[in-house]
Amino acid sequence: MELTKEEQAALNGEMGESLKTAYRILVATGEATNAEKLVPIQWAHLSGVNYNTIGDSGEEFLSILSKDAKVKVKTTLNPMGFDIDNVSKYNLDQNFIEKQQSIRDSYIRMGVDPTFSCTPYEIYDLPEKNTQVSFAESNAAIYANSLGNLKTNKESAFSALASALTGKSPYSDLRKENTESSTTIRMKLENPNEMDFGLLGFFAGKVADTSVSISGVAKPDKRSCKSLCAGMGTSGTCAKFDFVGEEDNDSEKVDFGKEEMNNIFDELNTTESGDIITLGSPQLGLDELSDLSSMLKGRAFTKSCMIFCPRAIQNQARKLGYTNEIEKAGGEILSDCCTCLTPLINKDETDAVTTNSVKAAYYLKNSTGVDVNLKSLSKIVEEDTK
Amino acid sequence: MKKIIVKGKAKGVILKSKNPINFLGSVDKKSGVIHNEKYDIFNKSIKDSIFVFPHGVGSSVGAYTIFSLKSNNTAPAAMICQKADLTVASGCALANIPMIIVSNDEFDSIEDGKEIQIDTESENILN
Repeated sequence: MELTKEEQAALNGEMGESLKTAYRILVATGEATNAEKLVPIQWAHLSGVNYNTIGDSGEEFLSILSKDAKVKVKTTLNPMGFDIDNVSKYNLDQNFIEKQQSIRDSYIRMGVDPTFSCTPYEIYDLPEKNTQVSFAESNAAIYANSLGNLKTNKESAFSALASALTGKSPYSDLRKENTESSTTIRMKLENPNEMDFGLLGFFAGKVADTSVSISGVAKPDKRSCKSLCAGMGTSGTCAKFDFVGEEDNDSEKVDFGKEEMNNIFDELNTTESGDIITLGSPQLGLDELSDLSSMLKGRAFTKSCMIFCPRAIQNQARKLGYTNEIEKAGGEILSDCCTCLTPLINKDETDAVTTNSVKAAYYLKNSTGVDVNLKSLSKIVEEDTK
Repeated sequence: MKKIIVKGKAKGVILKSKNPINFLGSVDKKSGVIHNEKYDIFNKSIKDSIFVFPHGVGSSVGAYTIFSLKSNNTAPAAMICQKADLTVASGCALANIPMIIVSNDEFDSIEDGKEIQIDTESENILN
């Protein structure tokens, strides 16, 4: 990768330690993506916020970095471990709370917008078509490339941070004009719900390389689109999909039918019933809260239900009254955190979780260590409310 | 040898997995032991190994996991992959863990359990 004189000087440490670190990361990721140069980006979205995932070494790294580092572009960030408004109701140790607050303070010192959301596309209007961004959260990167007409790599926590500090990212193939995907998945399921789209995404992530075409679906609703993005981001390296007609290119065709869906379902669903329900991963948007509010009218959850959405969305939903029916039904609305890797769910207190999120299912089983009962939102409302 | 992602020297015993690795949630940061039972190297430690696997997958926060492993002295001495991905590349860059990409044939010929040396500055990078 070719660097400008200024970039080379920063890599050599002439502009301070934090920029040296940032350019070292960009050089490695530039090599990894076969980029010939760095290009400017307009918006970075960071992962690596939850103390549960980045630990003491991550907390220390950010604390030192934030002494002199400042972001150069608009920068949003992922959920942290808890919602400060509700944390006292949970049995969370003081060390976790302090370390999490230190991480939050480090990001704020660097000039990051404290959104604590895995769905930045729910909070802000997206910039104009083909704008270069650097999104680390995998569902957000796939959403940006596939549905938002933006350009991003499926960034890592460090590559997005390096982009935020320099305002640049490697000019990889994903950032150039659209190229044809080498794989087309033929969706064979009829009337798929949002969970089926999540399973399709998880399957697609496994079989596809960097991008994939999907045939056999009319453009699904936003809930299903988010579920597809999140499933895809969990299982593989695929950063982009597009919906296509059946036989419009020479790509390899792979069917996703009942059998393929059942195989993925059996991999992720480990039990028949959950002790609690979680909705959100990705965090819910305003339209999803509005839908949920209508679905729950006159009903009550028969077990506790955690509902995750961005802080900005919760505030809007409260003004519009969408939260009334949800809370009346016993749903607990949480912001700044999400199902995946929040210590508010832990195996000492919970054996199994019911969710419609394929991404949540993967992390609940593999990281939190609890069993998972996967079912669609309509089935959750049908079976777990009365 | 196709490409050097992160320069450096290392020596160790090869630990080879056929599975793409999601660092987040699959490895114990304190010991370096793989605890994802779906992986063929379940219960093995990646500490001080030359860790050979097809490529990284999944969470972007896996980069922090690699950095934590290094801080805890439980990281691999080097990583060899078939395909470069940003999570592993950036994690290795920050943690100063040498990382190289090899061709499919070279990847297939790498034997688990063998001791090797890596030196990205030398003519024969793998010895």
